[in-house]
Amino acid sequence: MSASAQTQMRNLQGNHACALAAVAAGCRFYAGYPITPSSEIAERMAGELPQVGGVFIQMEDEIASIGAVLGASIGGVKAMTATSGPGFSLKQENLGYAMGAEIPCVVIDVMRGGPSTGMPTRPSQGDVMQARWGSHGDTVVIALVPDSVAEIYSQTIRAFNLSEQLRVPVVVLIDEIIGHLVETVAVPAPESLTLIDRKWADSPVDTFKPYAINGDDVPPMPRPGAGYRTHTTGLTHGEDGFPTQDPVLVAPMMDRILGKLERHRDLVDCFEAIDCEDAEILVVAYGITARAARRAVRRAREQGLRAGLFRPVTLWPFPEQALRSAAASAKTVLVPEMNAGQLCWEVERVCAGTPIARLNRVDGEVITPQQIEQQIMDLAAHE
Amino acid sequence: MSSAEHSDFEIRDYLRTDLFPHFMCPGCGHGIALRALLWALHELGISMDKLALVSGIGCSGRTAAYVDTNTMHVTHGRPLAFATGLKLARPDLEVVVITGDGDCLAIGGNHLIHACRRNLDLTCVMLNNEVYGMTGGQVSPTTSNDRFTTTTPLGNHEPVFDACELAAAAGASLVGREITLQTPSLKDLFRAALSHRGFSFVEVISDCTEIFGRKNDLGNSTEMILKQKSAIRPESYGNVVDQPFRPGNWSTGILARNERPEYGTNYREHIAAKLAVAVKGHR
Repeated sequence: MSASAQTQMRNLQGNHACALAAVAAGCRFYAGYPITPSSEIAERMAGELPQVGGVFIQMEDEIASIGAVLGASIGGVKAMTATSGPGFSLKQENLGYAMGAEIPCVVIDVMRGGPSTGMPTRPSQGDVMQARWGSHGDTVVIALVPDSVAEIYSQTIRAFNLSEQLRVPVVVLIDEIIGHLVETVAVPAPESLTLIDRKWADSPVDTFKPYAINGDDVPPMPRPGAGYRTHTTGLTHGEDGFPTQDPVLVAPMMDRILGKLERHRDLVDCFEAIDCEDAEILVVAYGITARAARRAVRRAREQGLRAGLFRPVTLWPFPEQALRSAAASAKTVLVPEMNAGQLCWEVERVCAGTPIARLNRVDGEVITPQQIEQQIMDLAAHE
Repeated sequence: MSSAEHSDFEIRDYLRTDLFPHFMCPGCGHGIALRALLWALHELGISMDKLALVSGIGCSGRTAAYVDTNTMHVTHGRPLAFATGLKLARPDLEVVVITGDGDCLAIGGNHLIHACRRNLDLTCVMLNNEVYGMTGGQVSPTTSNDRFTTTTPLGNHEPVFDACELAAAAGASLVGREITLQTPSLKDLFRAALSHRGFSFVEVISDCTEIFGRKNDLGNSTEMILKQKSAIRPESYGNVVDQPFRPGNWSTGILARNERPEYGTNYREHIAAKLAVAVKGHR
């Protein structure tokens, strides 16, 4: 095996790792708008894409960026944009279009402090609920939340695969800290990667229904130019793709679109459970906060406390069953997060009956292992 | 235009007639504009398989769905953004945007000026009926002065956008305007726009009879269209009706044209040249 075909150890900044992973995943179109702290992703894509025959374009605003991404994806090209909180807000309407019309796309949100302009250069985990509920109406979206530069690389590739496979927008929520962190990444050889492309329509043109409900949750996409001449719309549509408000047609279409992630839990779910089997105090944490929690749980164990960590990697749809199993022996669940309390309510819903404790920071500083360890100690002392 | 070409064109060959009855009100000018566009595509021999019609929200946005081609009905104001991504990803497609005065000049205004500046090979058709028809007749950036709409109950006091001047100033490399009554001229303008390599902007003076016309006592569709004609060419047709439909004299035909590098071609050539230099530099 030649050296180039092997895994390469590289020191990469998180945002650069994201861009390189996107290119490795087959992304050939990027449209974006400058925003701190995500701009390095656009800058790296501007350098990388031309070398692989792709297109980079800096658009006039955040809305145009996601619009162009969706246009490129309808055209058949894997496409991505990256942003941060304020830009993520602006993209929500078109993200909803991607959900309804089932257009694959990847959106990176390098989170910063909010609300509003907030703290552009400081970390936050304030977009967790925006990722789930940011667009109007009922939504269907996958959100991934990596906790290291290496995981940014692997989860960005996974984001493209899931998006193509399930025809849903996939959001990668990156903590500002990890986006700007430089860590060693084992970059896999390109030929070792498993890359998934969307299913393309290849059935006869005359009878093709672009949104057929035939037992397969994810209909194949018609490639423009291949003769299918289909209609793509954000309006509620029937199997033929044309607008309808007929409840008889709308109900099964909405059931299919809104239910497809639930029916593909096997592909979507991804989490890490550490020392959960006998844990009496279960910490549920994600992203950079999970790194602090991992250390805090280890220290608590060293002091004889039954602590465990449950870390969702796929944040949405929420890994309900996995958390319920992990929390089976928990007397208290602690949810540290860098916001005023967002995921804690989802955890409370899933772990109904178990007391939930919160640990929140909104001052632009990370939650430290010491803070989490101290709270574990306090909770143990009060039991 | 020869009569043979005209007789050769059958609009129903290009429509999804199974979707009829269509969505438009009686007297609406949008159908005439669509006819002229399809006529131009027919004369140019553009394959419906290779065409992509991208439209926004509003009455204008609904017209695209009736054409038997690749149609994309996207979010309000954003068809130019979607079309930009589509054309860059798929230069082999002929990408045409259908938009309205509200979609293009109000909520989508930022996309319009930057699409003009870039000069990507798109054809943007703006159907201007002076009003937000679908939402019930609110004032738009092109509503004439003193006109009544549901949000200007005392008459419109806002200044009016001249979309063609805006597009030309922002750099669109072909800009034109026509009224629906002059269907062959409108078809020829579309032919010029579709044949042009670069961003072309065509404003169609359409009419909203049911909502805007009724609210302003402008008469039936025929009367509205004739008034448009008198407003646009008063020296020739000023005797048709007494009162011009619009204040001022609107010029029609091709209003601006320049040959600038087309964005997509320029992008690809620029990158090829720079990468070649970079490779040479590494030797």
